[in-house]
Amino acid sequence: MIKTDILIIGAGPTGLFAVFEAGLLQLKCHLIDALPQAGGQCSEIYPKKPIYDIPGFPEVLAGDLVDNLMEQIKPFQPAFTLGERAETIEKQADGTFVVTTNKGTQHNAPVVAIAGGLGSFEPRKPLLENLSEYEDNGVSYMIKDPEVYRDKRVVIAGGGDSALDWSIFLADVASEVTLVHRRNEFRGALDSVEKVQNLKNQGRINLITPGEIVGLQGEGQLESVSIRKTTNAAEDITLEVDNFIPLFGLSPKLGPIADWGLEIEKNAIKVDTFDYQTNVPGIYAIGDVNTYPGKLKLILCGFHEATLMCQSAYQRIFPDKKYVLKYTTVGGINGFDGSKKEAPKAVIKEIT
Amino acid sequence: MSDIKIKITDRDGVRHEVDAPTDMNMNLMEVVRSYELAPEGTIGICGGMAMCASCQCYVKSDHNLPEKSDDEEAMLAEAFNVRENSRLGCQLHITESMDGLEVELAPEEL
Repeated sequence: MIKTDILIIGAGPTGLFAVFEAGLLQLKCHLIDALPQAGGQCSEIYPKKPIYDIPGFPEVLAGDLVDNLMEQIKPFQPAFTLGERAETIEKQADGTFVVTTNKGTQHNAPVVAIAGGLGSFEPRKPLLENLSEYEDNGVSYMIKDPEVYRDKRVVIAGGGDSALDWSIFLADVASEVTLVHRRNEFRGALDSVEKVQNLKNQGRINLITPGEIVGLQGEGQLESVSIRKTTNAAEDITLEVDNFIPLFGLSPKLGPIADWGLEIEKNAIKVDTFDYQTNVPGIYAIGDVNTYPGKLKLILCGFHEATLMCQSAYQRIFPDKKYVLKYTTVGGINGFDGSKKEAPKAVIKEIT
Repeated sequence: MSDIKIKITDRDGVRHEVDAPTDMNMNLMEVVRSYELAPEGTIGICGGMAMCASCQCYVKSDHNLPEKSDDEEAMLAEAFNVRENSRLGCQLHITESMDGLEVELAPEEL
């Protein structure tokens, strides 16, 4: 069981900044995120896009903002459970909470802060009738262990970076890689597009564009897919494969959090703006995942909410301790790793 | 202040005729949200960057709309339920030439 002071669900900018504010109060944080990396939407959807309304940054790329936040919170040694989705929450007799992920990892904390943004990112699934029959029987939406595809015949569908990158990677692993995309154009890093072009020229990737997977066949296990190249269904081709990997990106879903007994309005969690606590004492919601009168889904608002949440969490964890706010310029940063940052002392020297 | 009329059929098949301002730097996705014709969290998820297809709509009238950008083309190529007349609402900037536009919201991707 992982134990921490504040368990943060969602490692986007708001969740990451909460680690900093908690750290100033000497509270430790652990973050859970369904994505395999920190940063939430900023890393997953638009890392290369600029943001212009972060105070003090006339322009910052979303990916750089995440890198900066990771650097800023480093002294407070946040721990992460990544690639796992928070599934259930149970209140314990001592008033603390146990949050369990879809992989069974358990976390225990007196305070839970949901910074889940728009929800956990789930793979977008193509609309194929019998798709679910083949899930884990040849169909998967993300590649966890590439070795699974060693010497297999694999078909990948999609036109973005992940479809390109995995086609390139699996060209060295699988016995046969086919990439199917609805158009001839791909949206990915130029470098990846060129690599796929080269592999195609070498006959190591079988490229089918424009094309679309329209059917799946097999007895219990995927054996072949139907690929439509034209509007005429009679001309569909059948390709024998062991694995089908649709990579159509991810879309956020509020998911299991919606069943945690929290008051929900407009797909968001209702909070009290005093401290961003939900209707369940000890569970807070900050950033895009919450709603209240006047709510704006802005990163800068998430930072503010995270700050007030930490103050309230501190009071909750240490009801009897006296506390006054101290500016970082005055108090410096005392990292849990023993590091110390502080304002340089003024030089007192006589002028003669 | 100049408003235009837009007819929007929501995901339940209900038709709405709404006034859309041309001087507020709004796009069609934002108009739909401002009238709450689709629940929050089911439309405009990426905020209007053509990086999700939650604002996909079908254009029913024969208005001359601006060409799709590469980003919009690429997103629609990966979206589901795409038809010939599919557009991303977030990429349709409201202008006076859109007066009388008729659109239908594409189903939510589940």
